[in-house]
Amino acid sequence: MSKLYKIFTGSIVVPLVAIIFGLIVGAIIMLVGGYDPLLAYQSLFEQVFGNLYDFGETLREITPLILTGLAVAFAFRAGLFNIGGEGQFIVGMTAATFVGIKVTGLPSIIHAPLALIAGALCGGLWAAIAGYLKAKRGVNEVITTIMLNWTALYLGNYIVNSFLLPEGMDHSEEIQPTASISIQSLVNFFNDARMHWGMLLAVLASVFFYYFLWKSKQGYELRAVGFNPNAAEYAGMNVGRNVVKAMFISGVFAGLAGAVQVLGVFHYQSIMSGSPGIGFDGIAVALIGMNHPFGILLGGSLFGILTYGSAGMSFGAGVPPELIRIVIGSIIFFIAAQGIVRWVLKPLYSKRKKEKVL
Amino acid sequence: MKKTFKLSIVMLLALTVVLAGCGNKKSETNGSASTSEGSSKSDIKIGMVTDVGGVNDKSFNQSAWEGLQQLQKDKGVKAEYLQSTKSDDYNTNLNKFVKGKYALTWGIGMSLGDAVGTVAKQNPDAKLAIIDAVVDAPNVKSVTFAENEGSFLVGVVAGKMTKTNKIGFVGGIKLPVIERFAAGFKAGVLAVNPNAEVNINYTGAFDKPDLGKTAAATQYNNGADIIFQAAGGTGTGVFNEALGRVKSGQKVWVIGVDKDQSLEFPDVTLTSMVKRVDEAVKRVSQEVIDGTFKGGQETLTLKDNGVGIPDTSSKYVPADVLKLVEDYKAKIVSGEIKVPEK
Repeated sequence: MSKLYKIFTGSIVVPLVAIIFGLIVGAIIMLVGGYDPLLAYQSLFEQVFGNLYDFGETLREITPLILTGLAVAFAFRAGLFNIGGEGQFIVGMTAATFVGIKVTGLPSIIHAPLALIAGALCGGLWAAIAGYLKAKRGVNEVITTIMLNWTALYLGNYIVNSFLLPEGMDHSEEIQPTASISIQSLVNFFNDARMHWGMLLAVLASVFFYYFLWKSKQGYELRAVGFNPNAAEYAGMNVGRNVVKAMFISGVFAGLAGAVQVLGVFHYQSIMSGSPGIGFDGIAVALIGMNHPFGILLGGSLFGILTYGSAGMSFGAGVPPELIRIVIGSIIFFIAAQGIVRWVLKPLYSKRKKEKVL
Repeated sequence: MKKTFKLSIVMLLALTVVLAGCGNKKSETNGSASTSEGSSKSDIKIGMVTDVGGVNDKSFNQSAWEGLQQLQKDKGVKAEYLQSTKSDDYNTNLNKFVKGKYALTWGIGMSLGDAVGTVAKQNPDAKLAIIDAVVDAPNVKSVTFAENEGSFLVGVVAGKMTKTNKIGFVGGIKLPVIERFAAGFKAGVLAVNPNAEVNINYTGAFDKPDLGKTAAATQYNNGADIIFQAAGGTGTGVFNEALGRVKSGQKVWVIGVDKDQSLEFPDVTLTSMVKRVDEAVKRVSQEVIDGTFKGGQETLTLKDNGVGIPDTSSKYVPADVLKLVEDYKAKIVSGEIKVPEK
């Protein structure tokens, strides 16, 4: 019984109930706005699972969200709040684009991984700047990562503008075909949906996340620093080095997200007027996934399904795509405000418990 | 206490279901009404994908959508639009229409150029059309405009009407399209007022009103009294800045773009460089209805009335200036004046 109770009060039921609450809140708002929520959710579902093309595109939408979600969660496990997923994402994109365009004459088997690694490493180094400032100077990483987001945005635009831009275009030239990580057979299978190796990478990354944090000594140190830096230091761990390391690995995930977007989806980089937002969405994904790698796989999937399905909602039921952000916002609200969910659920469980006692 | 909670949840769910039921019925009747209306006239469906500006950008997306709505009213075709929230959405939104067997799918704006090209290649049987970009595919109609010619005319107005001899230009991203605006505008100003100074500023975005507002504030603070905005949604910020200043007694003007923006901002719009995106959308869509659609490129100029200034300009612009504009228009149409593109 106690085990059952733990499952319910533990990590699974709260997000599930929060999701249901979020959908209900969204439904109520749709009703107030004069839309039909059942039709809207039905069209959302059809948009995602209706045919192979859309299903493939949903997977494409989910992939970077999982990676940026992992980035946020990884830093969080080490007691750091990495809001800079956005900047690391852009740096990863830019590095991957640069290697993808400028390095020539390599076979695909080397070129594509090289571009991926370049993106991941540069994303990691970008985050490590904030980690270093935190470790050596005590600068709050929230501030530095936010500032680095803007730096990354304009640096990325500058690099594309000065080195990679063909005359009169608003985006860089295409990457070499050898750097592409698209899977042509899957693209054909999914009726031209933009399928690529990134999906597999995202799953592997979450497995790595799990093993690194919970099955390795380094991961143990990171988590110890996250729980209590003073105690960790007293136990002889180098807190500063762990902070930099945590930020670096966190940035690697976000940089990888940027790299797969370029190498698998767009094959070029646009001049961006604003942040693409995938890094910020990672914060929400990490929250929905309760900062657990497998939770993030699910959280990222949910987020991607809702985001991609929102086009179907506006198409099938005339619901503006902004409304799906309200649903997502409510889900996050209910997850963050776990107290409300527990408070609502508690009487149900306590009653069940009493019945058992009787 | 516990019972109240359970009860409240049950009530909430019940309420949702009941209300949902009501909503369902309502939309069903709406749906059937529109389909019966549609089938009585035409079964042709036309889709349109906006760029990140959306259909309420008070600019070319909105203009295009108004064209389609007009067509829907007059010809009974069914028009739908999908708004792109980020560049990932371009392909999927276009495909939504193409795979839904729409007779014609519009991509609005230069940034959709690549997506339209890709989708057109993957679906050689589908018909697509694009505004402001050139896509080289047999099943795509590319419509561009001679923005430099229209901008020359509003430049003439600005050159004649300025009191401070300082005129601003606020552009979106520095693309060839926007550079055509800037170049034509500058040429127009200098043609009638060689002493005037045109200050060109690119905000780097089409969807950031805050950037437009800042850019406009800088220009007005530097003494400019007229700003020509060619920045899509960013331009809304230019209007807001001007509105604030007019309210506090300053005499400033904005020259609108793409649509007749005096309809949205009557107090500060001197005139507008109208780009008849709506006409282009209507015309090409009509070709699909008539079955005469052909891929290729088309540039709409002053001569075709594809660009120009609206009649509402006479509200603030004196007749002699408008007369001058007409003279210059005649000269451009006849080829006597060549308006620079850069």
